[in-house]
Amino acid sequence: MADNGIGASVPRTEDQRFLTGTGDYTDDTALPHQTYAAFVRSTHSHATFTLDTSAASGAPGVVAVLTGADLAADALGTLICGWQVTGKDGEPHKAPAHPVLAADTVRHTGDAMAVVIAESAREARDAAELVEVRYSPLPAVVSMQDALAEGAPQIHADAPGNLCYDWEIGDRAATDDAFARAHHVARLDLVNNRLIPNAMEPRAAIGDYKPATGDYTLRLTSQNPHIHRLVLAAFIQIAPEHKLHVIAPDVGGGFGSKIFIYQEETAVLWAAGKVGRPVKWTADRSESFVADAHGRDHETHVELALDADGRFLGLRVSTLANMGAYLSTFASCVPSYLYGTLLQGQYTTEAIYCEVKAVFTNTTPVDALRGAGRPEATYVVERIVDQAAREMGIDPAELRRRNFIPSDAFPYPTKVALEYDSGNYRLALDRALDLAEYAGFDTRREEAKSRGKLRGIGLSAYIEACGIAPSQVVGSLGAGVGLWESGGIRFNPTGNVLVYTGSHSHGQGHETTFAQLVSDYLGVPFENVEVVHGDTEKTPFGMGTYGSRSLAVGGSALVKAMDKVIAKGRKIAAFSLEASEEDIEFGGGNFTVAGTDKSMNIAEVAFSAYVPHNYPLDELEPGLEETGFYDPANFTFPAGTHVCEVEVDPETGVTEIVHWVAVDDFGNVVNPMIVEGQVHGGVAHGVGQALLEGCAYDADGQLLTGSFMDYTMPRADDLPDLTVETTCTPCPHNPLGVKGCGEAGAIAAPAAVMNAITDAIDSSAIDMPATPQAVWRALGG
Amino acid sequence: MPVNVSMNVNGRAVVEEVEERTLLVELLRENLRLTGTHVGCDTSQCGACVVHVDGRSVKACTMLATQAHGADVTTIEGLADNGKLHPMQEAFRENHGLQCGFCTPGMVMSALDLVARNPDPTGGEVREWLEGNLCRCTGYHNIVKSILAGASAMRGGS
Repeated sequence: MADNGIGASVPRTEDQRFLTGTGDYTDDTALPHQTYAAFVRSTHSHATFTLDTSAASGAPGVVAVLTGADLAADALGTLICGWQVTGKDGEPHKAPAHPVLAADTVRHTGDAMAVVIAESAREARDAAELVEVRYSPLPAVVSMQDALAEGAPQIHADAPGNLCYDWEIGDRAATDDAFARAHHVARLDLVNNRLIPNAMEPRAAIGDYKPATGDYTLRLTSQNPHIHRLVLAAFIQIAPEHKLHVIAPDVGGGFGSKIFIYQEETAVLWAAGKVGRPVKWTADRSESFVADAHGRDHETHVELALDADGRFLGLRVSTLANMGAYLSTFASCVPSYLYGTLLQGQYTTEAIYCEVKAVFTNTTPVDALRGAGRPEATYVVERIVDQAAREMGIDPAELRRRNFIPSDAFPYPTKVALEYDSGNYRLALDRALDLAEYAGFDTRREEAKSRGKLRGIGLSAYIEACGIAPSQVVGSLGAGVGLWESGGIRFNPTGNVLVYTGSHSHGQGHETTFAQLVSDYLGVPFENVEVVHGDTEKTPFGMGTYGSRSLAVGGSALVKAMDKVIAKGRKIAAFSLEASEEDIEFGGGNFTVAGTDKSMNIAEVAFSAYVPHNYPLDELEPGLEETGFYDPANFTFPAGTHVCEVEVDPETGVTEIVHWVAVDDFGNVVNPMIVEGQVHGGVAHGVGQALLEGCAYDADGQLLTGSFMDYTMPRADDLPDLTVETTCTPCPHNPLGVKGCGEAGAIAAPAAVMNAITDAIDSSAIDMPATPQAVWRALGG
Repeated sequence: MPVNVSMNVNGRAVVEEVEERTLLVELLRENLRLTGTHVGCDTSQCGACVVHVDGRSVKACTMLATQAHGADVTTIEGLADNGKLHPMQEAFRENHGLQCGFCTPGMVMSALDLVARNPDPTGGEVREWLEGNLCRCTGYHNIVKSILAGASAMRGGS
């Protein structure tokens, strides 16, 4: 049992199907009589338009050509933003209508205007080319500065000045006072570059409609099938919830991009009802580039006030955050409540003030991407800390130590609305420095210099907040949903177990981790536990997976359900063993009468529960199945230190990462192998942001980085082997003591890389991505 | 104009009528329903679609079905023996060389071609060889580890 229990690196259950090519991704399904959808997309970033669909309608194989006019005729709702942020002025953010198909105005290249349904994917594409679009171009605004300028073209009539909101957090007066007292002020202007998510599986959907029953089914690439169902039912109103079955089968990566309710999946479901046959759509990668919500895209001015000893007196941050052309599903909360609230970092900074202007531009909408606001916050804090260290001549590790929240100060109320639960920041830093051989760095720098290379080392002592919660708090901050999670435990009569979770695995390995948890907790053999997720007709309503929440929130929901199972089992055992309930002890899968050898295994209890021939039915219900809903008391706060060591070639500007150390505190760990894998992937994502990935638009709003030919994804030879360790301060407020690990690497890595590069080149005048050209220019090339 | 193509796929003779513009990956996924070979891009960059054609790794999205006429094609479905994983597949499982699984078939097929050419590669050689395969989940660390372990197992090592 222990081999497969909590703390064991159990190889993953799901791997057998993935390794043999028998996974079940959305595009792998072909329904009988299915048709295929192809979208007609805008080639202009801002224009009014008219459509002539006559040629397309008559093209071979075409079943239907549907437009915004058809949507209007059916009175469908528009796409929504599920989090209402209130600005400095007390007014709610501006959330202009986001049509499922643009009716007369397009606002970014790739905006969908029509969908062609045909007998084959090729015929649908061919016919989409025949839809005639007459554009009347409008002036476009692409940069945030231009969008906010006096007299700028207006993207939405109901968002004056292209401003979505102007938001603030912290204490402005106290922060101003801190700066007035400062011995030294460090300042930086930072760009957090726009990223394109690029999960390897492109988005896909198959809508189906059964006229005889009025039932709709949507199979799609979703991180949160119940949220998709809720929005499609309650807001877009294609079908009521009980007539809409949403399935998210195997999903090939999400990173946030498959949380959102987009134009395409919505149109596919609606079109299935219109044509009375299944409708399938699978994005080309080219479509993914223009139609998946992008991430990051901040411009920030940051100032840090320090006293003569280097203690942080105040942090002042002013950020512009790009929302793109429309407000995506959770876009509004990313640069506000998931960003400003993390600016305390790991430090005792005495006063903090942050203001954020969220801006509309004629670009693809921007929303949560792996880390979502927290990478942006860590980047600001960790860059300015290093800048201050350099300017004051204090070792960056020592400056951090001087300012860390001490390990005995938890729970620690921050200056930006959170209460950190637990942590030991110095422990992680010191271990990371040991593993990175920080003390010997100067020797390595000298050795590199002898080879003509510039060697640098950079730290990133990050903080994140996982498992957004509690529902009461997020509700008060504008969230339209609760952020609890569900879990169900169903014993079968033969003693094996089905586990239902409202969270969703799209690579994280829930089928293994949750089975370990249940096996360990209930004393059931690992191989007798099956985890079910991703189907609204199988699992209880759940919120899905994002924000590194699945184990902390979803796992805790399973604990609640398991506690109910044990309580019920205790009653059954008491009856069966003719003992009093209070005398029944549970452990190792056995219900035992205390102080005796009278015992029943939980499998026997389950069998009894389904064959209740002699049950006193007024006292004991048959069956052994329970559901738990868990609403956390707080966020969890993983933290740690990453150390990146680089060598820069001054001749070419090429940066090579020569060593990476990650020491992370995720609280308790269920499967260390999976956790390490999450760190590896997160670091790669962050290294990609720092060195390679940069979404670029031209002045007219044309996406210049619209394929893998132009947008540089990290490849195997861009990365080194990674040294990964964990420390552990258990989360004190969830039953598992777990914190969450899925985003840590992406949060920590960009600052670590950039601090290493700025150390190597002795200049902070460089932004991400630090491409060879950017580095070469920063070196004066 | 439809054309007939015939080939051996995973040891089975197949004859299919396809449009001339049909890609090998479309033939595999749509005609033969071998959906383990994935499509992750449209510019031959990601490598999720790698299969073997006459023993060499090929991006099946960049080859017309007609070009594989008469060839021996092996896909990810053709590796395991009655459910028993090939040593390279087993190495990926043991070393957590996959997360979402979408790039995995291409990674495994690509790795096997590397090992066929270079039975004892270094980590650096593995990383260079994988320049045509993208993964967004793993950071490549465990993929490299898996391929080294798989190569070792195929050489008869432990």
